[in-house]
Amino acid sequence: MVDKLNDDIGEEKRLQLWEMMLKLRLVEKKAYDLFLQNLIKGTSHLALGQEAIAGAFGVALKKGDYTFCTYRGHAHTLARGSSIEGVLGELMGRQCGLMKGKGGSMHLTDVDKGVMGSYAIIGAHLTIANGTALASKYNKTNEVSVCFFGDGTTNIGAFHEALNMAKIWNLPIVFVCENNLYMEYTPIHEVTAVEHPAADRAGAYDLDKIIVDGNDADEMLRTAEKAISKAREGKGPSLIEAKTYRHSGHSRADPGKYRPDEEVKDWMENKDPIKNYRSKLLDFNINEKIISEIEEKIKDQVEKATEISMASPIPEIKEIYTDVWANGGSEWHN
Amino acid sequence: MAQLTYRASVSLAIAQSMRKDQKVFFIGEDVGAAGGVFKATVGLLEEFGKERVMDAPISEQAILGAAMGAAMTGLRPIAEIMFSDFLAVCWDIVANQIAKTRYMSDGQINIPLVIRTANGGGSKFGAQHSQSLENWSMMIPGLKVVAPSCPSDVLGLMDSAVKDPDPVIFYEHKSLYAFKEEIEQTDLSIPIGEANTLHEGKDITIIGLALMAQRAKDAALILKDKHDINAKVIDLRSLVPLDLHTIKKSVIETGHVMTVEENPRLCGWGAEISSLISEHCFKNLKGPVTRVTTPHVPLPSADILEDNTIPSVELIVNEVIKKLKGE
Ligand SMILES: Cc1ncc(C[n+]2csc(CCOP(=O)(O)OP(=O)(O)O)c2C)c(N)n1
Ligand SMILES: [Mg+2]
Repeated sequence: MVDKLNDDIGEEKRLQLWEMMLKLRLVEKKAYDLFLQNLIKGTSHLALGQEAIAGAFGVALKKGDYTFCTYRGHAHTLARGSSIEGVLGELMGRQCGLMKGKGGSMHLTDVDKGVMGSYAIIGAHLTIANGTALASKYNKTNEVSVCFFGDGTTNIGAFHEALNMAKIWNLPIVFVCENNLYMEYTPIHEVTAVEHPAADRAGAYDLDKIIVDGNDADEMLRTAEKAISKAREGKGPSLIEAKTYRHSGHSRADPGKYRPDEEVKDWMENKDPIKNYRSKLLDFNINEKIISEIEEKIKDQVEKATEISMASPIPEIKEIYTDVWANGGSEWHN
Repeated sequence: MAQLTYRASVSLAIAQSMRKDQKVFFIGEDVGAAGGVFKATVGLLEEFGKERVMDAPISEQAILGAAMGAAMTGLRPIAEIMFSDFLAVCWDIVANQIAKTRYMSDGQINIPLVIRTANGGGSKFGAQHSQSLENWSMMIPGLKVVAPSCPSDVLGLMDSAVKDPDPVIFYEHKSLYAFKEEIEQTDLSIPIGEANTLHEGKDITIIGLALMAQRAKDAALILKDKHDINAKVIDLRSLVPLDLHTIKKSVIETGHVMTVEENPRLCGWGAEISSLISEHCFKNLKGPVTRVTTPHVPLPSADILEDNTIPSVELIVNEVIKKLKGE
């Protein structure tokens, strides 16, 4: 039952979150369509089903804050306000892409929006995110750094090094473990000593044990806002474990057959963050017309961005030799 | 005029950079209160305080990751990896993250950081605390690789490394920490990518780096005194960028070339230089390029074993004589 009188979130922010999540969902679906048409090459890791996490942080963060995500990072990039054509264009290897085809799906970066990169070697970016947080502390500015990663990432050394360092230096950072129950093809519980891969390790670094339903957008937003405020007020790092599920396989080539049908069905039908949020908006008496208008608007944006990306030229071959060095070139001898 | 050791020039170089630019900070294990395991960072904590001289946990990935993230925002971190051998435990951050992020981001991100590390043998520390690893970083696009051979070069190259907008790995040689030099002025700046001539000569070009450059110079003095051979000794100072121009100029004059490398033979930096010389100066060569390296073995520890593994002055002298006089 919803408590409309004590609503701490409010209609405006809910609609913002709705629009955000919907955008992440529809762009990701479009990316999938474009693969099927072979317009997107290489690999790709969709975050379908996990939108509430990136979406909530997208709403909660301010301009100037830093985010770091993984190869499964289209959603996290869009959530900071990067353009849809920037993302789809990069996936398609076009000049309109965020990095003009130099990075690809696994490395989306948009510094103007605070998207400090998407990282494809498990764990590395937790240590790097500490660095932007350290810079905020060093410069006495109040940006917050947020680092997203998966459940499987809690078993690599960099995770532990990064948490310890963040704690001893009281860094303004939020670590967000998106526990989608699988590391690639292996159930996380089969390869992890504790039940909750992130939260059960928090105590080792004197951090609170935080577990949240990552598919409940409102709860996710509250959790995100709390951790971000804590960091911004100089009260140090947080580690959040958000339970979620990916609707598609690990990556492009993966049909996800290692997951029991019943489990997939349950998450798709009963725990879909977007479907559930739509009903919640209605429970809060938000006019269905407004909800549908947002849907139409986003669909339209995605279609337009797709057209822009498809019309965008492919990169020039000379780009191979640019931007190794800050002087713009790649020369290594005189 | 003051006598300065290589060791003291390290802390002075860092201090000079930190005085000039508030954006520079220093992070490493045992670097602050303890002054570094090689005592090369003594006095920095006292002068700059804990905000700018940070004692880190034994977390090489976290150290370099934090330095990288800070550099991405425009700060200019100097990070220490205690022994270069330990780069192996954070090689992902070095080779995948620091080196490639500028390129992958289409130039959105600069990473102006310096990784300084104690490199090289001579201390009988065995195979995991003595390696010469410049070639590891040389083969990764996106990393600049500097290895000074004397105190003035430490000062001048550190100044440039800190100011450089790209990541620089700064290999300090452990066996040179006690090396002394008379230095008039300490506020030096030496551009990265300019080799230095340590000894003039027209009979042969000997190319070295760090300790091997000093040994080549000592060998050149003996060759001149006792064997009437005039060797030109080029201290590369940096492998990336590489001063090919200086190498070519000398090879055209001498026609004979020898590289002296502390690394094991395979894929040592001299192999690349030898290849460049054959591409660019084939017609000027009077014989094959000779590479003097450590044999392709892990470095042993006992005095006699280590001393006979790393190229010595005597070995260089003998190899030059063999090459030029066929003895
Ligand atoms: C160091 C490293 N080891 C292995 C891989 C291969 N790999 C890519 S994604 C992945 C699974 C990661 O699982 P998780 O952290 O749960 O993230 P998810 O994909 O579920 O979002 C693995 C093993 C890698 N990229 N990096
Ligand atoms: Mg997972």
